[in-house]
Amino acid sequence: MKERRREKRHNRLRDLAASLCFLSPSLLGVSVFFILPFGVVVYYSLIDGVGSRNFVLFDNFRKLLGNSAFLLAGKNTLLFSAIAVPLAVVLSLLLAVMLEARIPGKSSFRTFFLSPMMVPVASVVLIWQVLFSYNGSVNEWLGFAGSARIDWLQSDWNIYVVVLLFLWKNLGYFMILFMAGLANIPKELLEVADVEGASESYKFFAIKLRYLSPTVLFVTILSLINSFKVFREVYLLTGDYPLGRLYMLQHFMNNTFRSFDYQKLSAAAVIMALVMVVLIALLFKIEDWFGKDVEG
Amino acid sequence: MRKKKPFSRGVMFLLCLVFSVLFLLPTVLTFTNSFMSESEIRSNYGMIFSSSGGGFVSGHVNLKFIPDRVTLSQYVSGLIKSPYYLVKYWNSILLVLPIVIFQVAIASVAAYSFTRWRGKLRDGVFFFYVILMLMPYQVTLVPNFLVSQWLGIINTPWSIILPGVFAPFSVFLLTKFMRRIPYSLIEAAKVDGATEWQIFRRVCLPQCRSALYSIAILVFIDYWNMVEQPLILLKDADSQPLSVFLSNINSGEIGLAFAMATVYMIPSLLLFLHGEEYLVEGIASQGSVKG
Repeated sequence: MKERRREKRHNRLRDLAASLCFLSPSLLGVSVFFILPFGVVVYYSLIDGVGSRNFVLFDNFRKLLGNSAFLLAGKNTLLFSAIAVPLAVVLSLLLAVMLEARIPGKSSFRTFFLSPMMVPVASVVLIWQVLFSYNGSVNEWLGFAGSARIDWLQSDWNIYVVVLLFLWKNLGYFMILFMAGLANIPKELLEVADVEGASESYKFFAIKLRYLSPTVLFVTILSLINSFKVFREVYLLTGDYPLGRLYMLQHFMNNTFRSFDYQKLSAAAVIMALVMVVLIALLFKIEDWFGKDVEG
Repeated sequence: MRKKKPFSRGVMFLLCLVFSVLFLLPTVLTFTNSFMSESEIRSNYGMIFSSSGGGFVSGHVNLKFIPDRVTLSQYVSGLIKSPYYLVKYWNSILLVLPIVIFQVAIASVAAYSFTRWRGKLRDGVFFFYVILMLMPYQVTLVPNFLVSQWLGIINTPWSIILPGVFAPFSVFLLTKFMRRIPYSLIEAAKVDGATEWQIFRRVCLPQCRSALYSIAILVFIDYWNMVEQPLILLKDADSQPLSVFLSNINSGEIGLAFAMATVYMIPSLLLFLHGEEYLVEGIASQGSVKG
């Protein structure tokens, strides 16, 4: 008995050592480049100046939350996510469902829809400018239709131009995720539904969507993350100082980096990390609730 | 009786066609417009980019697919006459290649660890990687910036390469792949007396060959497209990659910009054409965040 227990413990120690050996390069790098400095970021967010030991607790956060640029950037970023994420989820699901139906040329369509993800944004912003400038093609077409010109990039419309670019870039990727999810739905279930005479819409909402709920969650999270990264598109399209609604959190960060205000930077990073964690936890909860009677 | 619905399938096909045009248009236009001469570009789009440049400026914008006269002059002036863009292009390659190679290499070892040994603590660490993976740049760039300063590598390519090498994305994806390898394979190798390294090298890795390829493609495109990191970590204009620099091309050289944009998307499009099947498989295997 004792022998065996000792052997077991020995095995467990050996396993621990081996697993650490394999994990250590990554864990070391992650610690040095992300975790430890993030600890310092949290520390910086609580003191009143680099090198000072003066804890001011929530002062930096209070100042940040009173900063109009930060609030504008936060509002704009959330507004963008609120518009772009639902559109991305619904449209990519639509594309996946369409490709799932037996239509001719399915694999070519898949290639076409997926291709934008492999095109660097920097390469296509020129075309976007040709299309959406005040003197651009879209306004020209609107003119033919007898409608007034819209200053797409310099007015409140600019957020929709970026939403379009975002969707163009991301839909294919999400579509693939949904196609994989659709392929995993047990065929017998759908056959039973057919025998019972269920309608297409019932089958879609009561069966398919239920089984897709982990995928819906995943796509929502990914598009949320990507919508936070949309600064890239905005920057390439409109530069460092975009108008109104396109001033994003990353613009705020870039400008704060320029002024080396570590307290502001750290507080902003901590707040955003917290917001992300809360959002993700919330989405997990929703998915648990929505998909609880489906195993998986 | 169930109705046959050829009508709705027809509608779907048409919708797919419309979407295809929308999805392909920007790429194709960029490509074809890169073969126009500067004067043709100016007469087509002069209205839009007329802040500088002079010459003949058209009254109307004229979106054209096919150039009047196909010319390689933009490519010649961008790639041969001045080495400027080639330097940026080279910068891009020097930043992206090491990240792809080392991120995948380090991730494959880590993923093996997450696959082979499970337990509360390890699953907790894995979950932490997932959270880290989901953090936006606004969060991760501040720590990256601080470390780069401490190590004295700010304004050098290392400040981008090193954090890129340890980014948790490939660890997550590869672990998802490896956990699908039948456990009996590993067990059998163990019974045969293989060491852990041998199991990893001879059993696990060969099973994930396509996964490694697809992850390499995903990492490549992510960094080939990068803008945020160089803007903050590389102040020096000469060391910027082409992805950042393309948007700074002077408005008098729009034709040149089209040509360089095309040159820049060629490597990733070639990768896509070659590895599409793997890529699709790679994306599809992500499934969900949990587990």
